[in-house]
Amino acid sequence: MHLAQQVKHLIKKEIILEWRSKYALNGVLLYVVSTVFVCFMSFQIIDKITWNALFWIIMLFASINAIAKSFLQESKGRQLYTYTLVSPVALIIAKTIYNSLLMMVLTVIALAFYCLVFEPNKDIDILMYLLAAVLGSLSFSTIFTMVSAIASKTGNGGMLMAILSFPIIIPVLIVLIKFAKNAMDGLDRSVSLDEIGLLALINVMVMTVALLLFPYLWRD
Amino acid sequence: MYKTWWKILAAVLVVYTAIAGLLLGVPRMAILNETIRNLYFHVPMWFAMVVLFTISVFYSVKSLSTQSEADDIRAVESANAGVIFGILGIVTGAVWAKFTWGQFWSFDPKQNFAAISLLLYFAYFVLRNAIDEEQKRAKIAAIYNIFAFPMMVVLLFVLPRLQDSLHPGNGGNPGFNSYDLDSRMRLVFYPACLGWILIGYWVYTLRFRIKTLENKHNTL
Repeated sequence: MHLAQQVKHLIKKEIILEWRSKYALNGVLLYVVSTVFVCFMSFQIIDKITWNALFWIIMLFASINAIAKSFLQESKGRQLYTYTLVSPVALIIAKTIYNSLLMMVLTVIALAFYCLVFEPNKDIDILMYLLAAVLGSLSFSTIFTMVSAIASKTGNGGMLMAILSFPIIIPVLIVLIKFAKNAMDGLDRSVSLDEIGLLALINVMVMTVALLLFPYLWRD
Repeated sequence: MYKTWWKILAAVLVVYTAIAGLLLGVPRMAILNETIRNLYFHVPMWFAMVVLFTISVFYSVKSLSTQSEADDIRAVESANAGVIFGILGIVTGAVWAKFTWGQFWSFDPKQNFAAISLLLYFAYFVLRNAIDEEQKRAKIAAIYNIFAFPMMVVLLFVLPRLQDSLHPGNGGNPGFNSYDLDSRMRLVFYPACLGWILIGYWVYTLRFRIKTLENKHNTL
């Protein structure tokens, strides 16, 4: 099969599997909603900076939980079967695209709910904030998918996933929080161009490295 | 000693910088005063660290294609030596910060990012310890090392330039080159960098040889 064909089929497979159980979707949504509620109970009123930071912390843990399962929860047998059928490059591309789609949907829903519970800043540039959320979910997906593939090979993936991914995600998170803060304060859009460029650069870099490395990783 | 000339050169250079760095004249600067001499000890640590981490990534790439055990040991031992220099860099920086900025840790972006990039390498060591099987460990650790290296580059060389920092060379401040490095300081600073890089390389080769002997001894 051609690479694009393989990627298409794999994404379709993931979406169908997810749609049957709706495990990740519902699980992570519930996770986000309950976390936001817990925060609401404990904070009551929050200031601007906390509003931004809290959103990204919630999204960070939600996306780790959502994406960790992409490799960790697949049975050995099914993985072997997939490996005999498709090329490793197609597999990592498909997983990354699927995770990005899932995370974008989740992030937008989460952002809407978050704004409902905690009133956002009046000056907020909602389109830019949405762009930050989308770029954020994209970056989380590219990085966590590869780290989850690495962690799944070690046997005790759950804890390693957090240890391995946090130092890698921190630079992305710093840029994201700054970008999101610019959007929240309603600054002029040209101010954030540096951050958008840097995020795009990091994503391209991570994807390239992942594509180069994954073929070595999946062979046991 | 094995291949002596560059080891003698390294020792001579470091002894020279220790003596000349403390005795030769330096420019009189407000705030910095005599602490400017720490430049000869603080900055070369980071150069040595980056060189050692680059060696580590080089051997990780090599070990992926050759699958040789020696390359894997080279990768991990140069990372080990690099971490030692990173810690020394943070400690010398903290002492310098105490006498110029007032606190050991001022939460300056560069301080934070240096600490995070060390976390990346600690995660690398934790990952190694999590896997028992040697060949699998070599492969997966190499993949994580290569995956993490671009992030370290972003953390140490890109992000600090976008933020306000107390360090020279960031947030629009001129780099230390035009800032205070006059010709007298260059006479000490460049030899210091070369000397410490060579010492770092020496530490790494020693660690590599000890580890190889240990492994040989264990298999006998």
